[in-house]
Amino acid sequence: MMNVMLSIFSVVPIQYYIFISAVLFCIGVLGVLFRRNAIIIFMSVELMLNSVNLLLVAFSAYHNDASGQVFVFFVMAVAAAEVAVGLSILVTIYRNVHSVDIDELKSLKH
Amino acid sequence: MTVLSKNPVHSVIYLIGCFFAIAGHYLLLNAEFLAVVHIIVYAGAIMVLFLSTLMLMNLNDETEQHKPALAKIGAVIAAGLLMLVLVAVLKKADALPAPVNQDLSIGTIKNLGKVLLDEYLFPFEFSSVLFLSAMIGAVLLTKKEKSQTA
Repeated sequence: MMNVMLSIFSVVPIQYYIFISAVLFCIGVLGVLFRRNAIIIFMSVELMLNSVNLLLVAFSAYHNDASGQVFVFFVMAVAAAEVAVGLSILVTIYRNVHSVDIDELKSLKH
Repeated sequence: MTVLSKNPVHSVIYLIGCFFAIAGHYLLLNAEFLAVVHIIVYAGAIMVLFLSTLMLMNLNDETEQHKPALAKIGAVIAAGLLMLVLVAVLKKADALPAPVNQDLSIGTIKNLGKVLLDEYLFPFEFSSVLFLSAMIGAVLLTKKEKSQTA
């Protein structure tokens, strides 16, 4: 059955994957610059991480190397830990300041 | 969509759609294990975390004040220029030839587990330490304030 399956690179060249990753990364950058809500900025960071993951998987399939996919696995682990800690920091900030607007959070103390 | 929708809950929903699309790409690239893990971790865990935080803060209405128009235009121009530069550079790059013989089984759990626990055993163990510290840190951060206010 494996022999019947075609490699995707005979249909879609890898350049398309590079372009879609670049576009996704730029959307993430736009989100970080555009919004003031800290949670949405976190989501944009996730978007950027995912674009890099997509590119890593594409090249790992291209080069027949499983290391790229292992690396994606580690990136996912770090992203999950980062989101957990970041959101808990945001909850703490919200309890103190009652806002998650990043322009309000200028001072390091009250 | 994730960036532009006014309601934060809507942007979470759009982000879930985007994550499912990326998981579909992983499936197309013969990385079945990663596709499943991606759906479980992102659509399952991280999005639930985002949504519960949003509901905890009562932010599910459009109360956010937006940046001034000048900053918005600046952000759009900056991101557009970054995209322009990236696309221009990548267009100039030499076209990569299609690979000759594809091994379609590198994305299976069997193969990936061998590589993960053979070559990458130390980073794997290290990531577990990272998770433990992140868990303790998250609990500590949210717990301390509660005892202070109480």
